Amino acid sequence: MVSEVRTVTGRGIPLVGNDIDTDRIIPARFLRAVTFDGLGEQVFADDRAQRGGQHPFDLPHYQGAMVLVVNGNFGCGSSREHAPQAIAKWGIRAIVGESFAEIFFGNCVALGLPCVTADPSVTKHLQERLSANPQAQITVDLETMQVTCEGVVAPVAMGEGSRQMFVAGTWDACGQLVAQADQISATAARLPYVRWSVAS
Amino acid sequence: MSKGTLFDKVWDLHTVGILPSGQTQLFIGLHLIHEVTSPQAFAMLKERGLAVMFPERTVATVDHIVPTEDQSRPFADGMAEAMMQELEKNTQAHGIRFYNVGSGSQGIVHVIAPEQGLTQPGMTIACGDSHTSTHGAFGAIAFGIGTSQVRDVLASQTLALAKLKVRKIEVNGTLQPGVYAKDVILHIIRTLGVKGGVGYAYEFAGTTFEQMGMEERMTVCNMSIEGGARCGYVNPDQVTYEYLQGCDFAPNGEAWDSAIAWWNNLRSDANAVYDDVIVFDAASIAPTVTWGITPGQGIGIDEPVPTADIIPEEERAIAEEAYQYMNLEPGHSIQGTKVDVCFVGSCTNGRISDLREAANFAQGRHVAKGVKAFIVPGSERVKKQAEAEGLDQIFLSAGFEWREAGCSMCLAMNPDKLEGRQLSASSSNRNFKGRQGSSSGRTLLMSPAMVVAAAVTGQVTDVRELI
Repeated sequence: MVSEVRTVTGRGIPLVGNDIDTDRIIPARFLRAVTFDGLGEQVFADDRAQRGGQHPFDLPHYQGAMVLVVNGNFGCGSSREHAPQAIAKWGIRAIVGESFAEIFFGNCVALGLPCVTADPSVTKHLQERLSANPQAQITVDLETMQVTCEGVVAPVAMGEGSRQMFVAGTWDACGQLVAQADQISATAARLPYVRWSVAS
Repeated sequence: MSKGTLFDKVWDLHTVGILPSGQTQLFIGLHLIHEVTSPQAFAMLKERGLAVMFPERTVATVDHIVPTEDQSRPFADGMAEAMMQELEKNTQAHGIRFYNVGSGSQGIVHVIAPEQGLTQPGMTIACGDSHTSTHGAFGAIAFGIGTSQVRDVLASQTLALAKLKVRKIEVNGTLQPGVYAKDVILHIIRTLGVKGGVGYAYEFAGTTFEQMGMEERMTVCNMSIEGGARCGYVNPDQVTYEYLQGCDFAPNGEAWDSAIAWWNNLRSDANAVYDDVIVFDAASIAPTVTWGITPGQGIGIDEPVPTADIIPEEERAIAEEAYQYMNLEPGHSIQGTKVDVCFVGSCTNGRISDLREAANFAQGRHVAKGVKAFIVPGSERVKKQAEAEGLDQIFLSAGFEWREAGCSMCLAMNPDKLEGRQLSASSSNRNFKGRQGSSSGRTLLMSPAMVVAAAVTGQVTDVRELI
């Protein structure tokens, strides 16, 4: 099930605004569930309701888009993985933004959904292009670390460890972690508090 | 790059190895789980045929969905009941300790682990909840994770992580009367911004934090994440040790003495190197309240709501969004704004010292007409202690409701919710749009004392007028 993520190409969708938090991405009432099923329809539920069909995720010409372009501190707030799950289930395969909240970014890595950062002038430019031409193709390349859209090429960034996990197909770290059982036990044995445990 | 800080030492001690990606595989000393972010993780384990590697190092409770009035089972909300049953089933199947409702020890996960001494200095702590940073108050490295990472910790007791930078935030001096830990952290976030801490662990140092009790330190570390910092911590000291001694899970006998020696060694060295240092003066901090839709949109209670022209350009768009959503007038004082609902509780401010402070201002006063005000203890133990001290009676006779333990209206995944455009004075941690359960509901974050001041006057009030 683990697979390499080297490039993502598809139509883009712009979502303008700084500090879009995970409560807005998926309001808490949709977390009353024991699976992640159905979150794709609920993504940005309240923002969409308030914009009466004019939210980018509702506009017909952005349906089927795969690259989301956002601004600063996207995904701040609650650690809920339901947020990237909802975005991914809607159809997004990569996110370009000025900056990402850390827990959100880590959750995206664990889902195989790359988040790359770009200069504010680049995200603004991409958002303008995607507004003007919703059919424009956008490519996020994790090997050259570039974003390309209608002939415009700009550099993007991602922490090297995370980037490696995408291109090597090891973004689902679980198997790798479990395989180190002996070293894990050795580390635990070095920690005094593990011995103090007074299970009552 | 930081060197010799508590963060560096704890990180190194818990490093299992370096993964091919270059990331660190970090051992997690204490894993806390709850009903919202764990069911899918257990399902993923099952799918992969994986066991829980160290079941004794995971502890569970139920907090987000718990009703704070009628807790009889099955819960009225069928989905809440299903989540509860899933947690009961999973903890039982994997031999995980679970503090259920009625156990006497249930409560908000970030309240119960510290009060039982599960949280200790020098530990790494993870939980599928962003406010896990709370536990850093003990000198632990504690951070929030998502559900796939909950799966990883269950399966391996480790996480794949990149090391953070360390910023020392030094606050020195004595806080003015009416100014609390909550005001300090709201002031820090307002100054450094909601993304200022991205990529950093915050070390809270200086005489102001040294003078704080453990619960105040927890309030500060709790909201590190609102400033973008995934974890925040205070170096352990005598205050930490006095709090821990005698707690259920604290080491005792000879182990206690060796624990103190180990903990003292983990403190940041006097010549530690930080990636960044920022200094604040405690005397300059006023009772602070948020006016907008991010925790960084805060003001001293005696300042006006900022006008767009004094807001930095990159923050102007969200300020405009906040003016519109909050319906507060830029350039005008926030004092005197009528409130509808007043809430004291949450992992930020639902501990016994918070309730004592709230009761102190409620005593001899009464909730204003038309205001709904309620107090939600952070845990069953906090509730019991408050009742032993008679705080419940003070609240009840002042017209406050006295509830059962849970997350309540901090995030409204339970029956406690705002309605319509109600304005809430809240001791919680987030004022995001729709956070408190109504998609148009509005939240003003403030200290528990300020919430009580708002409740008894019916409007946003400088708590110093009530001293």
